[in-house]
Amino acid sequence: MNAQISRLAVFALVLLGALILATTYWQAWAAPGLANRKENAIQVVAQFTIERGKIYAADGKTVLATNRARQVNGRTLYFRRYPTRGLAAHVVGYSTQVRSRAGIEQSMNDFLTGSNENLSTVVDTNVDRLLGRHVVGNDLILTLNARGQRVALQALGRRCGSVVAIEPSTGRVLVMANSPTYDLNLIETNYPSILRTRAECPEAAPLLNRATQGRYVPGSTFKVVTAAAALESGKYTMETRKNDPGYCVEYGRRVNNYDTTSPFGSVTLFQAIQYSINSYFCEIGKDLGPGPIVQEMKDFGFYSLPPLETPEDERRASGLYKNGRMFEPKDSSEVDPGRLAFGQSELQVTPEQMAMVAAAVANRGVVMQPFVVERVVGSDGKTVTRTRRHALGRTMSAGNALALAGAMEAVVRAGTGTAAQISGIRVAGKTGTAETGREGLNQTAFIAFAPVEAPRVAIAVMLENQRGTGGSTAAPIAKQVLQALLQGP
Amino acid sequence: MRTLSPRNRELLNLIAVGMLTGLGFTSVYIARSEVVSPESLTYAVFFLLVYLIAHVVTRLTVPYADPYLLPMAGLLTAIGLTEIYRLNPDDAFRQGLWVVIGVALFSVTLVTLRHDYRRLESYKYVIGLVALVLLVLPALPVVGREIRGARLWVEIGPFRFQPGEFAKILLIVFLAGYLREKREVLAQGRLKDFGPLLLIWGGAMAVLVQTNDLGSGLLYFGIFLGMLYVATARIVFVVGGMALFLAGAAFVYQVIPRVQDRVMIWLDPWPYADDESYQLVQSLFAIAFGGFGGTGLGRGTFTTTAGTNLIPDLNTDFIYAALAHELGLAGIAAVLLVYMLVVARGFRVAMLAQDGFSKLLAAGLTFGFALQTFIIVGGVLRLIPLTGITLPFVSYGGSSLLANFVLLALLLLVSNRAVAPRD
Repeated sequence: MNAQISRLAVFALVLLGALILATTYWQAWAAPGLANRKENAIQVVAQFTIERGKIYAADGKTVLATNRARQVNGRTLYFRRYPTRGLAAHVVGYSTQVRSRAGIEQSMNDFLTGSNENLSTVVDTNVDRLLGRHVVGNDLILTLNARGQRVALQALGRRCGSVVAIEPSTGRVLVMANSPTYDLNLIETNYPSILRTRAECPEAAPLLNRATQGRYVPGSTFKVVTAAAALESGKYTMETRKNDPGYCVEYGRRVNNYDTTSPFGSVTLFQAIQYSINSYFCEIGKDLGPGPIVQEMKDFGFYSLPPLETPEDERRASGLYKNGRMFEPKDSSEVDPGRLAFGQSELQVTPEQMAMVAAAVANRGVVMQPFVVERVVGSDGKTVTRTRRHALGRTMSAGNALALAGAMEAVVRAGTGTAAQISGIRVAGKTGTAETGREGLNQTAFIAFAPVEAPRVAIAVMLENQRGTGGSTAAPIAKQVLQALLQGP
Repeated sequence: MRTLSPRNRELLNLIAVGMLTGLGFTSVYIARSEVVSPESLTYAVFFLLVYLIAHVVTRLTVPYADPYLLPMAGLLTAIGLTEIYRLNPDDAFRQGLWVVIGVALFSVTLVTLRHDYRRLESYKYVIGLVALVLLVLPALPVVGREIRGARLWVEIGPFRFQPGEFAKILLIVFLAGYLREKREVLAQGRLKDFGPLLLIWGGAMAVLVQTNDLGSGLLYFGIFLGMLYVATARIVFVVGGMALFLAGAAFVYQVIPRVQDRVMIWLDPWPYADDESYQLVQSLFAIAFGGFGGTGLGRGTFTTTAGTNLIPDLNTDFIYAALAHELGLAGIAAVLLVYMLVVARGFRVAMLAQDGFSKLLAAGLTFGFALQTFIIVGGVLRLIPLTGITLPFVSYGGSSLLANFVLLALLLLVSNRAVAPRD
């Protein structure tokens, strides 16, 4: 019988060997796929055994996100706390049990949980595991200026809108404030109360990062883009004169200035910018056609997602939209170039994109890629990675940028944007007021940078549901934030 | 150099196992309370003492028996006890009591049968009958209990046990006796000799239908086919038997919805991850999470952030998942290797045995042990449809532990006789 016994033994051992193979399959081969499945309850819990990295504002002291440890079944779990609540809610985002993640908390999750591929982090994490210590993630230091955020939110008040400030020479996002904002801690504890938020606009949408996904009509702030296209075409200088009858005729229809009662007569491009004369820009649009203007838009970053470290689905490209879809006009039959030229067509822009426009003019024509994460710091205090500045491209020659800056300075000195004047600091800006179709209500905007001679801050302020103009509503907010950023406490 | 006697070797192995147990408990203790205390070693010391008693009994009753089987069984029990302690200290206390009772039963078996276990052969029909009665017990109205859809339990007063675990061993004893006697005639392949065997097939099917469980039926019938092959060397019987089993299983599949569910979630568990296959899928996640090195004993994730259990039946049917999670591939492969070593030693005992009954008995017991391990672990790993049976020596549960101690005692008896000097 021994022959049969040994065959049966081999069979039994093969069965058990198959178990080793199957286990190897699940633990080595299939493991990464299983870890990413949404049904994986263990991964959800395991996230909370990691002490997520903290998130700080640019000063390295203001804590935007931290943890609270709690003992559950004899083990320590870490739950997120946001001491500054709504201060930078839309950038920081959240990481909770009930609603997974958003913002930087989502897109930088690998760093925050120490699961990034960086060698020193990998070594640290594995040493932690071997020694039975809990994993500590990497800290993030953002570029956001806590004081600037606070001032921006205060200035916005109960109005709906957004403020974005960028350092022109680097692309550092100094302020990204949206109103209404929400208390990040409420995501876990009282989500319905966030949804009940009310503000001075029909759709308060407190969770929306208006700065990167809002849909604003740029109005006359877009004239900066048109002016750049005109200057770059070689057909225009700041001294190019045109006659302003108070309106512009396009396809047999009149396009009026903001105030048609007092036509300017013969004006230069410089004056057209300073006083925001629609008819002049309408003529530029008819003259250039949509092609060069759309090309100029792309140079500024329109038609692609505004670059930032937040998740892609929390950003939206600026450009021409028809029926909710972005489109690129091939010729004048697809878009009204005169209206496009002064920002009244089917344009939808984000405040971040408009801040990039101001920043490009301020930075002698070169647009820098905006970023909000300054550096990633390991739990040992050493820098793991630092965001490098990166030029997206040149939007216009340095000479044209300087000329444009001069005209924009005139806007603030003695044009439509005088409300943004700061004593002792040269400010350049451009106002924008777009009718919403509802009687007396406008979307207002102001883009600016300062100081003109060596710009340190470029800013875009966009407001919804306003009864005034960009000059009277948005410019004062820009002034306050610029002061906070330039003059310090 | 003098070679060590088998019993001295057993003693040394047991001491090594005792130290491993101490390490295991200490690491769980540290993970739970962040401190080491003498308390963490109480279990290990107690555990070692119990096994030393078992060792003394083997010294007195089966001095020539295989020196590795008892320590390896001890190691598996220790691994199970450590993990159960880690999951629920109260359960570990009860399991500890079961180990004591198990060792007592082990000793009783050894002492009773120390002169000649082959006496069992002459009672084979009585034993077979008792096995049948045990199998039918859970189906009876008053005492039988159905737990989570499987009717495998008997409840008398405060006591609850799974008679199937003991029936399995009695069936093996019966088959060893019966096949030893009939193997020549059976090998000729005349139909009329197969009457009793068809009866057994019918029995296995009946068990299957009555328990609502593919696993037990597969186990009993698999053991039967394995032993039939050893006895007759006719592979055609095995093939025919398997065909019969499949036919029966197909029938059962048609009529029992629970079996259909099991097959459905085996083929594709993902669409039902929230309900029918929740347990299986979460267990796979737990195994995968372990990766190569595991989370470490006591550091795995088995509860939600609110403290409720993620996987039901973790310390019984799914203890393999818990172990794979905390020990990782490196650790769990080692555990499986221990099972393979037990199986290899068991078959070695069967090869060394001198007479047909002993050979069939040892081969049957060992094959049953291997097949049971395969069925539950294979089910957890989605190699085969999942069925709720226990992992020998490791799963929480008294019946299974006691039965396996009896199995171990019988193997040691056969082993002792095989190598003992003739007088």
